[in-house]
Amino acid sequence: MRRWYYLLLALPFLGLLYPPLYSTEDPTLFGFPFFYWYQLVWVPVTAALTYLVYRRTRPPERAPADRPARFTREARS
Amino acid sequence: MKDQFPVDGVAIAVFCGLFGLVTVLGFVAARWKRGNLELIDEWGLGGRRFGTVISWFLLGGDLFTAYTFIAIPALVWAVGAGGFFALPYTILVFPFVFLVMPRLWSVASRHRYITAADYVKGRYSSRTLATAIAFTGLLATMPYIALQLVGIQVVLGGLGIDGDWPLIIAFAILAAYTYTSGLRAPAMIALVKDTLIYATVIVAIVYIPSKLGGWDSIFGAAAKELPTHDQPGALVPSGADAQVAYATLALGSAMALFLYPHALTAVLSSRSQDVVRRNMSLLPAWTFLLGLMALLGYMAIAAGVNVTDPNETVPALFVNQFPSWFLGIAFAAIAIGALVPAAVMSIAAANLFTRNIWKEFVHPDCSEREESQVAKIMSLTVKVGALAFVLFLPTTFSIDLQLLGGVWILQTLPAVLIALYTRWFHHWALLAGWLAGMVAGTWIAISQDYTPVWATPVIGATAYTGLVALTLNLAVSAVLTVLLGSRGRADERDETRPEEYDELRETREPAPTVAAGMR
Repeated sequence: MRRWYYLLLALPFLGLLYPPLYSTEDPTLFGFPFFYWYQLVWVPVTAALTYLVYRRTRPPERAPADRPARFTREARS
Repeated sequence: MKDQFPVDGVAIAVFCGLFGLVTVLGFVAARWKRGNLELIDEWGLGGRRFGTVISWFLLGGDLFTAYTFIAIPALVWAVGAGGFFALPYTILVFPFVFLVMPRLWSVASRHRYITAADYVKGRYSSRTLATAIAFTGLLATMPYIALQLVGIQVVLGGLGIDGDWPLIIAFAILAAYTYTSGLRAPAMIALVKDTLIYATVIVAIVYIPSKLGGWDSIFGAAAKELPTHDQPGALVPSGADAQVAYATLALGSAMALFLYPHALTAVLSSRSQDVVRRNMSLLPAWTFLLGLMALLGYMAIAAGVNVTDPNETVPALFVNQFPSWFLGIAFAAIAIGALVPAAVMSIAAANLFTRNIWKEFVHPDCSEREESQVAKIMSLTVKVGALAFVLFLPTTFSIDLQLLGGVWILQTLPAVLIALYTRWFHHWALLAGWLAGMVAGTWIAISQDYTPVWATPVIGATAYTGLVALTLNLAVSAVLTVLLGSRGRADERDETRPEEYDELRETREPAPTVAAGMR
C-alpha cells in the first residue's frame, strides 16, 4: 500500500520534461515570464512531494532513526 | 582575452579575512567528531557519521560548485533560455536520487564499500568491470577539479589580482588541510561556504534588480538583446530542436550527477539511509538558489556588462554593482565555494585510486593504515595534476573535458544504478555496453565541436549526447546479455543479498571491529 506513494515522484518529471507545456512568456508573474516562474514553482512543489513520500514510506514501527549514538550506547551497556 | 579589473583594496582585505577563517577551520576539522584518521572510512568518509544538517551543508556545498555559479549565469547571459536547463536538472535529480541512493547507501555500509567500483566488484565479482567503473570516475573527476580552479582564477581576476601565485597558495592550503583532516575539512568549511553563498545570492537578487528598474526591465532587456547575439538566443525555447535539447539535457544531467565520485562520497558519509532520504526533500533549497543565480545572466545583460570571456559575466556584474566590502564577501563566497567541491573531489578520486587500482593491482594485501596513507598522498597528487592542467593548458580544454566527463560518467549508470535493482545483465555485456557508450559519446561530442547536443537521426531532433550514448550502451548490454545467456554465469558470485538493499541501518560509532584492531 505504501508503495503507491512513490508514484507522486513521477509528477515533477511529467511537469518538466515536456517543454512545449511551459515555453511561453505569458502570463507573467512579478515581471517573470511564465517559462521562468512555472519552473521555479516546481522547486517547492517537488520538495513537498518528496517530503510527503519520505514521511509516508518510512517504517512506522521504528524509533526515530537518527539517534544512533544513544541506540548503540544502550545496546552496549 | 582577459578583461582587466581594477585592484580593489577593501574587497581584497575582506576576501583574505574570510579565506583565512576557512583555512583555520580546515585544520581544526581534524579534531571534530573524532575518529582514527588512519582508517580510510574515517579519512575519506568522515566515519559515515554525518547527520541531516551536516549532510545537507556538505551535499549542497559539494554539488553546487563554484563553477556552476560562474558557468550557468554565463550560459544564460550568452544563449538565454537554453542555459536555464540547469533548473529542471537540479529539480529532477532529487526525486531520482531519493529512489536510488538509499539502496546504495544501505548495501555500501553493510559491506564497507567506499566507491561505486567497490560495489560493482562485490555485485558482479568482476574485476574488469569494476576497473572500468573506477577508471571512468577518475577520468570524469580530474577536469571537474580543474574547473574549480578556473572558478577561483576568475574571482581573483575580478579582484584585480594578476598572476598565478595566489592560485597556487590557495591550492597549497587546500591540499594541506585535506591531507590532515580528510572529508571532515570540506564538511566543516561547507557551513561557511553555504552561508556566504546564500547571503550573496539573496542580496544580489534583491539589490541588483532594484538598481536596474525591477524584473520587468531585466527580462525586457534580455528579450531585446538575446536575438542580436552572434548565436541568437531567446527568452523561451522555441522549436523542437531547442525543446528536445532542453529536456534531454535536464534529464541526462540529473541521472549523471550522483554517479560522480564526489557526489557518492558525500552520500556515503551520511549516518543512515534515513538521513539520505530526508535530505532529498531539503536539498531543493539549493535548486531555488541556483535558479535565481542563473538569472544573474539577464541582470548582466540589463546592466550592460560586456565581457569577452563569458565566464567573467558574474564577476563583472558584481564589480559593476556591489560596494567594495560586499564585493569581498561575494567573491570569497565563490572562491570558498570552489574549495569544498575541490576537496571532496580529490578525496573521492583518492578513494577510487586506493581501493580500485592500488589495492587491486599493486599491493593487494596492504594494511588499513597503508590504505589511508596512499589515499592521502593520492589526494595531493590529484590536486597538483589539476593545478598543472589549469596553469599550462588553455581553459577551454578543461571545459571541453568536463563536458565529456558528464557523457562518460553517465555510461556507468547500468553497472552501478540498474544493478541496485536487478542483476539480469551479464557483466561482460555491461562492459561491452560501457565501451560502446564511451566511444560513441566521445566521438559524437568531439564531432560536434564540444557542444553537448547532437542532431540525433532516429528522433529527428537535437538531444543530449550523454543520453544518446547511454541508450546505445543499454541496447548493447541488453542484446549481449540475451546472446550470452547463462554462459559464464554459473560460477559468478554476488556477495550482496536482496535484504541488504532495503534495510534501514545505522552506522555504528565507530565501526567496532575495525577500530578495535587498529588501536
